[in-house]
Amino acid sequence: MIGELKTDPQGDARGAFEANYLVVERAGVVFDTKNGPFVALRDIDLKVSKGEFVTLIGHSGCGKSTLLNLVAGLNAPTSGHLLCANREIKGPGPERAVVFQNHSLLPWMSCLENVLLAVERVFGAEESKKQLQARARAALELVGLSHAVDKRPQEISGGMKQRVGIARALAMEPRVLLMDEPFGALDALTRAHLQDELLKIIATTGSTVVMVTHDVDEAVLLSDRIVMMTNGPAATIGEIVDVDLPRPRDRVALAQDARYMRLRTRVLEFLYRRHARVELTVA
Amino acid sequence: MSALASPVPVPSSADGADAAVPAAGVAAAIPAIPTDAPASPVVSASVRRRARNELLAKLFAPVLGIALLLLVWQLIAKGNASIPGPGPTWQAAVTAFSDPFYQNGPNDQGIGFKIVASLGRVATGFGLAALVGIPLGFLIGRWSFLNRMTSPVISLLRPVSPLAWLPIGLLVFKGAHAAAIWTIFISSIWPMLINTAVGVQRVPADYMNVARVLNLSEWKIFTKILFPAVLPYLMTGVRLSIGTAWLVIVAAEMLTGGVGIGFWVWDEWNNLKVENILLAIIVIGVVGLLLEAALMALARRFAYE
Repeated sequence: MIGELKTDPQGDARGAFEANYLVVERAGVVFDTKNGPFVALRDIDLKVSKGEFVTLIGHSGCGKSTLLNLVAGLNAPTSGHLLCANREIKGPGPERAVVFQNHSLLPWMSCLENVLLAVERVFGAEESKKQLQARARAALELVGLSHAVDKRPQEISGGMKQRVGIARALAMEPRVLLMDEPFGALDALTRAHLQDELLKIIATTGSTVVMVTHDVDEAVLLSDRIVMMTNGPAATIGEIVDVDLPRPRDRVALAQDARYMRLRTRVLEFLYRRHARVELTVA
Repeated sequence: MSALASPVPVPSSADGADAAVPAAGVAAAIPAIPTDAPASPVVSASVRRRARNELLAKLFAPVLGIALLLLVWQLIAKGNASIPGPGPTWQAAVTAFSDPFYQNGPNDQGIGFKIVASLGRVATGFGLAALVGIPLGFLIGRWSFLNRMTSPVISLLRPVSPLAWLPIGLLVFKGAHAAAIWTIFISSIWPMLINTAVGVQRVPADYMNVARVLNLSEWKIFTKILFPAVLPYLMTGVRLSIGTAWLVIVAAEMLTGGVGIGFWVWDEWNNLKVENILLAIIVIGVVGLLLEAALMALARRFAYE
């Protein structure tokens, strides 16, 4: 997709804009703790182009969620800066929707009302109540939950809750979709099912996605690029792998695919040979 | 809990385990189980017998407790001639409740009027306390500066016995009635204020992150997130407050006089009608119990999980 844009004769400026849709420049995060300053992240440089699917992978405590929170605007960088569509990220905003790890649905609202809360915030100023309702319903339909619109979160399963969380984020039509281990709390079968659904949804919406994961297969299956992070403290980007597998991707066919295996091995090698949890290799 | 959520009785295909929860709740809400009798009469008969035994066992313990209380009371009355036993007290109750709403002048009214007068004072004092305490609790919980500012003041004033405020009330409001309400106000404000503030501080960070990502306005945050999340805490505060208010009203009325269940106790002490004092104690207990039960039901109505 990026290649196509670059060869577009009249679209050089637009190409540059779309290639640098999300920019993280020399970002670092230092937390103040009781034992003095703690360097969580340092020297993070990352460019995400429009419509790209990027996963952040690394061992727990490597700061991948911190990096995602920087992009979300929930945390501020101590050094460096972040841009989204050429505008500096100064705080959280609905154009960078977040799917939280534990779904974070409000238990006193139905699924529809949860989605509607987000839709009203983004489109409430210019659209009628009816249009907003239609948007929320369409988002829930997209994740296959038309039958559960009036259910409360505690009445549906964990996988369905996570789907409502995704619907809420998608309904906002965000510039960037940020996902923090969205399937981490689900069982393997539900997870696979939701990954496939996400692939389909992303194929239709063309969203730009940054996703945090600790699952190598998930990363290879979903991403255009895998950002592998070194261990904390003072974690940074260790290596970036391009995933050049054609789309649409089929998990069963890929299980036999030599390129898939090679990519998988590359990520595994990074995680378990060069940056294994036990040996803290960070300088 | 599940009756509140009122699930549509449509079997969910994918999530059988989750769908079974509300269904079970509905089944449990129906006390008798005669519907499945034709399916398996033996099982259902034994189930019914077990249910009946369980009900008897559940009733037996509280009845035994009350019987023991009456027995101890009777024994004390036997040993001490000045304390009337359950019998004379029952007689006093029959007399008092045969005409609960008589009115012979401002200071001689039926027991019904006495209870209503006391409840009225509690309601006024408690209502004012809720009006001030709950919004203040939200503000203190939301802004840590306000919390740090008010916390020494609250810590200082909260342990003070409510009756210590009564003279101040008499001085400022120049009336016994207003002073009693003032005392209720000052004693019942703390649990509501503190519970609300704690509730606001304990709203899960996830919910607040949702608010931050959506950039919700302060008003939306309050109506859509803070208020529903804090409601269970708030209801606990209300329950504690009403309990305290009902405790305090008796003492306050003893000191201020007028019509009311508390002053009645004092009045009957002066008349040396001890059976009426014992009756008053029971009535105060029963009214307190009913208040508590009503608020528990209300709290359950507002619980979202």
